[in-house]
Amino acid sequence: MSSRRSRSRQQSGVSRISDDQIADLVSKLQQLIPEIRNRRSDKVSASKVLQETCNYIRNLHREVDDLSDRLAELLANTDSDSAQAAIIRSLL
Amino acid sequence: MASPSISNSEANSNRPRDSKRKKRRKTGADAPTGPATNIDRSRWKTESEQQVYSSKLVDALRRRPAAASPESFPVPVRGRAVRETADQVLAVAAKGRTRWSRAILTSRLRLMNNLSRNHKKHRKVRFTGDIRSRKPAVRKTLPPLQRKVRVLGRLVPGCRKLSFPNLLEEATDYIAALEMQVRAMTALTGLLTGAAAPFDRLGSGLS
Repeated sequence: MSSRRSRSRQQSGVSRISDDQIADLVSKLQQLIPEIRNRRSDKVSASKVLQETCNYIRNLHREVDDLSDRLAELLANTDSDSAQAAIIRSLL
Repeated sequence: MASPSISNSEANSNRPRDSKRKKRRKTGADAPTGPATNIDRSRWKTESEQQVYSSKLVDALRRRPAAASPESFPVPVRGRAVRETADQVLAVAAKGRTRWSRAILTSRLRLMNNLSRNHKKHRKVRFTGDIRSRKPAVRKTLPPLQRKVRVLGRLVPGCRKLSFPNLLEEATDYIAALEMQVRAMTALTGLLTGAAAPFDRLGSGLS
């Protein structure tokens, strides 16, 4: 881990990590983003991949937030009835 | 007070499941601090991982007074509490092999210490360690690619000062985990909605 830290200074020294390595990692990332994956184009720029990645993570965060709020409501209502709780347990 | 012991007990109960996980793991590498490439990300897609997560989440949510009791906490706080719990359980599910999961768990412990000292419950910036509440302060002197890398580093917990390749590794695992979290929570919500509806109809039918 300490070797990683010494390399993680300003990215101005991009030459430390080879361009091929970066391209490879970016393409791996590309596969994960549904936006880009569905377009089936191999010529997505690294900048675009990064942008879409950030957007995607933000979207996922937002979804989790929304789901959390809904779950909070539902759980509050459910807890009052133990029969429902038993059903949920058995279904899970 | 109770929460650190919750995360500990969950970590302990995960260990017997490790033997099941090893059968599914394709790489078979079990190095906690080894190179990030050995992390198997496809496990986030397995049905069983999602089931485990769902049941642990339900357990954790039941144990948490903030998430369950409508009387003492308003809705936004409860939603936050659920989000926190969900992230915690997710981080535990990662079994400490990734930086983001460790960062979630340690930030939680730090928060607990702060709370017990300061008795403040509504500090929005620190409450969930929610990266989204912080606006990225962009310096125009950086090239655009650098800027995006920086933003990405801020989005993934605990990865601000990571080198580019490691950041990408963490991000890919984090994305897979988040997707599973969304799937599990969606299923859970559907379950609860389905469970709630028939009872409502019964209630209204009887009265």
